[in-house]
Amino acid sequence: MSSCVITADTPATVWKVLAGEGDTVSDGDTLMILEAMKMEIPVEAEQDGVVARILVAEGDLVEMDQRLVELV
Amino acid sequence: MTEQHVRYFNRVLVANRGEIALRVIRTLQELSIASVAVYSDADTDSAHVVAADHAVHIGGSPVAESYLRIDRIIEAALSSGADAIHPGYGLLSENPDMVEACERAGLVWIGPSASAMRAMGSKLNARRLMIKAGVPVVPGGTEPIADEEAALAAAESLGYPVAFKASGAGGGKGFRVAHHASDVPAAFTGAAGEGERFFGDPTVYAERYLANPRHVEVQILADQHGSVIHLHERDCSVQRRHQKLVEEAPAPAVSAELRAAIGEIAIAAARSTGYVSAGTIEGLLDGDQFYFLEMNTRIQVEHPVTEMITGVDIVAEQLRIAAGHPLTLAQEAVRLSGHAIECRINAENAAKNFLPSPVRIGDYREPSGEGVRVDSGVRAGDAVHQWYDPLIAKLVVWAEDRDAATDRMLAALRDFTISGPATLLPFHAALLSTDQWRRGETCADLLADRAWLRSTAG
Repeated sequence: MSSCVITADTPATVWKVLAGEGDTVSDGDTLMILEAMKMEIPVEAEQDGVVARILVAEGDLVEMDQRLVELV
Repeated sequence: MTEQHVRYFNRVLVANRGEIALRVIRTLQELSIASVAVYSDADTDSAHVVAADHAVHIGGSPVAESYLRIDRIIEAALSSGADAIHPGYGLLSENPDMVEACERAGLVWIGPSASAMRAMGSKLNARRLMIKAGVPVVPGGTEPIADEEAALAAAESLGYPVAFKASGAGGGKGFRVAHHASDVPAAFTGAAGEGERFFGDPTVYAERYLANPRHVEVQILADQHGSVIHLHERDCSVQRRHQKLVEEAPAPAVSAELRAAIGEIAIAAARSTGYVSAGTIEGLLDGDQFYFLEMNTRIQVEHPVTEMITGVDIVAEQLRIAAGHPLTLAQEAVRLSGHAIECRINAENAAKNFLPSPVRIGDYREPSGEGVRVDSGVRAGDAVHQWYDPLIAKLVVWAEDRDAATDRMLAALRDFTISGPATLLPFHAALLSTDQWRRGETCADLLADRAWLRSTAG
């Protein structure tokens, strides 16, 4: 199965990381929640797979298009 | 000395940022009152800092490190020689601890008392107060619901659909609807959980759920001498997830008789807490029946539409009231002229589920002309920060009637250039071009229609 990297759609702060490395996830599962402009922005899995790497931590500032989670 | 030449305060600190800080500073300048801005790291060069006579740095970019720091704001007021604080909306504007901190420091708070804020801060307490004052509330309970069994009993006696609300509910949080008995346990525990998480209070009550009401609110002014007047109503029915997007005055569905009736209800509601300053009674309109929903104990984002139809500067009235002056306007003297509409220009992409867009602004050109007002917090080249509210400007128009105001708004939206962030400019242009808007409907179906929202992409 191909790997997939999920990136940030907007500059934001990482509010909550819900998934852990090694977790098996399904397409559409919420992996983490970003916060920008007082809004919560869920980051969802874009395919079924296993979380290979979480590339950010809670409280981090992320840029637009920054890599957040790697799925395999 | 005539009334116009009375200086209510020497120097006022504005404990806010963005468009509302600039809005307050504008009136201070008109009244020859010196202004003090406060700012975070991110706002060092922001428009409100440049516009004020003095500016004090109060901390880091997140609001918890700056604009929510009561201690730093009081210290800034004392060190800059301010004699009063205007809170704007949001942030500390409805925090009774802030009001008490002002009193202890010998500063005048330009707003209501801490006790009035506390009375209205609890929805359940406000419902009890309103019932006692003879103000209509949405049919439902006045006591906390203990458990799921009690929740089911309450739902069965009210009839479905029924809403479970946390006593501290606001901004769409702490509010769940049950359409059938089987929904009740999840709705009750969901509302209690959000109440605990967002407002520190798991208390829940039940009320009848009105499916597609209009959101109608009444602006009131109350002085320290017992006079209370209303400045007519606003309609704020165009909302998404309980966030207002478009507001207008007068309300399209309110007749002159109903206007007088809801104005009296609003005055009774304000009197029941001994309210002083500007405030808003928010309600739901179901046919001709108006129900009290909550009282907002501050100036509101949408206050300009009321200013446009009445000619009253609400910030100037707040200053006058806080300085102890009686209202200069009697109820009979409050005029209602024409129609005003406000579009909130948020840095959000409506076509992408209202995704925030905190991106630096490139070109920025405001519309102008007869009956056009822009309350903005940004200029060309300004950063739009992720730490703050997405509202970057408000476009407000006035014309002789609703149709003419809609045409004027559509032209003004076309003339507004903001490059860089995604904004709600194309969304508003699409919404105000629909037959639903022209007919004065709430447009709730459009705001829930993902395909229509995607089609608004600018």
